[in-house]
Amino acid sequence: MTLITVDPLKAPSFPKAAAELLRDTQLRRNVAHATDVIQHKRAALVAEKSDWQALRTAGAAIRAEALRHLDRYLEQFEKQFTAAGGHVHWASDADEARRIIAGILHDAQADEVIKIKSMTTAEIDLNRSLESAGVRVYETDLAELILQLGHDQPSHIIAPALHKNRHQVRDLFAREMHLPDLADDPPALTEAARLYLREKFLKVKAAICGANFLIAETGSICIVESEGNGRMCLTLSDTLISVAGIEKVIPTFAGLEVLLQTLPRAATGERMNPYNSIWTGVTPGDGPHNMHVVLLDNGRSNLLEKEITRQTLQCIRCGACLNTCPVYRQTGGHAYGSVYSGPIGAILTPQLFALEHAQSLPYASSLCGACYEVCPVKINIPEVLVYLRSRVVDKNRNNLSSVFSQERIGMKMMARIFLNHERFEKAQRMARIFEKPFIGQDGWIHKLPGLAGQWTAARDLAPIPAQSFREWWRGRKASQ
Amino acid sequence: MSREAILGRVRAALSADRSAESSPLLSYPRTGTLNTEERLQMLEERLHEYDARVFHCPEQALAQRIFEVLSAAGRLRIIHPAALPTSWHAAQLDWTPDSPGLSYAEIEAFDGVLTGATAAVTESGSIVLQHGPAEGRRALTLLPDYHLCVIFENQIVETLPECFDRLKANAAAPTTFISGPSATADIEMTRIKGVHGPRFLDVILVTRPSNFPKLTFQ
Amino acid sequence: MRISLFITCYNDTLFPHTGKAVVSVLERLGHTVDFPIDQTCCGQMHFNTGYRRAAYPLAKRFVSIFRDAEAVCIPSSSCVAMIRDYYADLADENHDQELAADLRTLLPRIFEFTELLTDCLHLEDVGASFSHRVTYHASCHGLRSLHLGDKPIRLLRHVRGLDLIELPNSDRCCGFGGTFAVKNAGVSTAMLEEKLDAILGTGAEICTACDNSCLMHIQGRLHRHGADVRAMHIAEILASENREREGTP
Ligand code: SF4
Repeated sequence: MTLITVDPLKAPSFPKAAAELLRDTQLRRNVAHATDVIQHKRAALVAEKSDWQALRTAGAAIRAEALRHLDRYLEQFEKQFTAAGGHVHWASDADEARRIIAGILHDAQADEVIKIKSMTTAEIDLNRSLESAGVRVYETDLAELILQLGHDQPSHIIAPALHKNRHQVRDLFAREMHLPDLADDPPALTEAARLYLREKFLKVKAAICGANFLIAETGSICIVESEGNGRMCLTLSDTLISVAGIEKVIPTFAGLEVLLQTLPRAATGERMNPYNSIWTGVTPGDGPHNMHVVLLDNGRSNLLEKEITRQTLQCIRCGACLNTCPVYRQTGGHAYGSVYSGPIGAILTPQLFALEHAQSLPYASSLCGACYEVCPVKINIPEVLVYLRSRVVDKNRNNLSSVFSQERIGMKMMARIFLNHERFEKAQRMARIFEKPFIGQDGWIHKLPGLAGQWTAARDLAPIPAQSFREWWRGRKASQ
Repeated sequence: MSREAILGRVRAALSADRSAESSPLLSYPRTGTLNTEERLQMLEERLHEYDARVFHCPEQALAQRIFEVLSAAGRLRIIHPAALPTSWHAAQLDWTPDSPGLSYAEIEAFDGVLTGATAAVTESGSIVLQHGPAEGRRALTLLPDYHLCVIFENQIVETLPECFDRLKANAAAPTTFISGPSATADIEMTRIKGVHGPRFLDVILVTRPSNFPKLTFQ
Repeated sequence: MRISLFITCYNDTLFPHTGKAVVSVLERLGHTVDFPIDQTCCGQMHFNTGYRRAAYPLAKRFVSIFRDAEAVCIPSSSCVAMIRDYYADLADENHDQELAADLRTLLPRIFEFTELLTDCLHLEDVGASFSHRVTYHASCHGLRSLHLGDKPIRLLRHVRGLDLIELPNSDRCCGFGGTFAVKNAGVSTAMLEEKLDAILGTGAEICTACDNSCLMHIQGRLHRHGADVRAMHIAEILASENREREGTP
């Protein structure tokens, strides 16, 4: 198994991690298969929806409005949720969030907790900190359970274990659940997980979840899921803690009528996922009586100022951009060195965690635009990627190793050349002379030095024709 | 305190943008175009796609139909919300009204649960429970392995926006959208029905508007 | 119509036949082609690699050179996308109102080559003839930024003798992505390999597209594999004429 850390502070650069993952043919097959299946389902359901583009536009507008007045909507949510008997906590960073959660569990005398899949808790590496504080954590989403039992890392924001196939899951469950005779068909594996978790649902009295949406108008939380483990956790527990990024708020209850049309279609290719739960604070006689929301900043407020970066926070974590991404398809999620992978990870990670640690991520894209095309809230990911690239370049401006980097020198030179067409023509002629020694017997270039060698590692290059277009044009004009 | 710090950072970052005040103008179709019959038919198709079984009956035959469906499914010990109309109870079955004293383990042990609903959405094939008197607390429709849900014709809307129009009045109540039995596709994207919620969902569509006042909307 | 050609820096240097083909198609259709000789580069490579500051003067340069053109023809979908999608941002972030204003009036007159033929000249049959099995790769920028859709396909369908074979997953990126191909050479190659499998699977003799950058990438790998499929810009196919009519079957 290829295990690459998804801690952005320690992860290798994208090309490095990718190189390792590209050798894992099993993983690549699993990823390609899974993303193909979801993509096809998604495409079919989007095609049947004649108002899809209008819904994307509306979804983007709802999310943009929430962010434009984020302070107001957060306060409104807090007021409403509190009035309904819930408690709201604010955490500036991961450490503070972990401390708040540990405190709530301590007060509730909980030494075990059941969890619903939540990228936000993965972001703050909550499980590890709870375990080290002596709290036993049970992941209850099937994919999360696979990861937890296998000490693995999420590789997708919707289907975090899609890099594993049935045989791998069987071996894991057989070992960890002591079921030597377990079959390797998905129904048998699912049944094993059902039985394993059933007892936990009835026994463990504290639960942790994320939030798909926080509704400012009503102070409600909305959770979208498939398996019913979410309903189990959020209905049967006494103490429930929802950990949500501050960007998760939407202005109105009616906003769900748009986002609940686009999210399931984009995420899993379903008209609607099996279960959505919406609840507000505490309801006497139904569900937990000790209800907490932890609002997490953890770098998000830094993205708000500029509209170009702010759109990143519109994300509703549907995963469609991952499924469609031709780069993700080759490497899977671990190459992105963060729990947020794929195109959204490539823009979110460098912005949430200091850019220094994720400089290669904005470049982990061919800018093909497939992500933007499928995004249900119209985040222009390529636009953000190229903007972040410019931030990387600016940041390295005075960095010595970068001043002398081949790329920077090359780019500077080219920029100068392009400012004057005579200079450009001269450069064209020079290039022809420069490449001569590299032209092979068959008239093609097979090996180049320096950065260009990355090209010729896998591809040949036709030599520059003897006459450029402009030379031909000039000759033609002269003879006319 | 972090509350002030976070809100402060948010306000500082956004201050430049406040002048361009404009609430978004949203335009997307909100209402459906199907007639009652088409609406019913499509709902049925969608429910089938989600592996739910669908039955029909006129209102006056509801109790009989409930009996037939439950007994054919071999579900004899049934729990139900305390306020469920007693007229739905078929005499031959064993009925237990929910009460606060029932533990989750006890609820789980029933053969099935019978409830009404607040709305059903044709387009997405969803059943919506909103804590109404015939719906009860959420654990009821979660723990037993079998759920029989009665839906009246006038509760069926075509689109999600139409559904939210109906839910708005009671927005703060615990609300659950059920769109087929629980399922997972976490292993090789193969859809497996029945993970943690009820593995079996049956629906009775009552094809004439009901006069049961608690279940209708004005 | 007087059509100004922006050939683009890499076509000028590496693919002059594409430019010649564009000229030949447009002249055959009775239009006048103009080539402002002081043109160089649209700035895409700098912009996309993060050298945004270097891209700004190039954008300015492009706009000032083509400001008064009746129509601009660009046989490269990614360069058109650069101009359409990002020049306004460059004007904006450099507080250059003059550039922004010039751009606004210029943009409606800028056409990618197949757009020019279909949208501006309202043609699908340009009188070409090309008796080969051809498959079409939908270059990303043409597909998703320019929304070319089936415009290139419609043009190809009207080429006499041309046998058009659908490319499976033709909308999936070939892995070029400018500097992506060198910065992430491993992933880029893996993407390219899938594209090659698809192309070779069609049995086509020619793979065409609206963008020579993708074609250079594809051709480079085809050649490395020793495959005799050729990559060819769509303009070159549309420029070829009916040899039968000339009496050489
Ligand atoms: S960026 Fe868009 S497509 Fe990607 S996960 Fe977020 S909402 Fe979905």
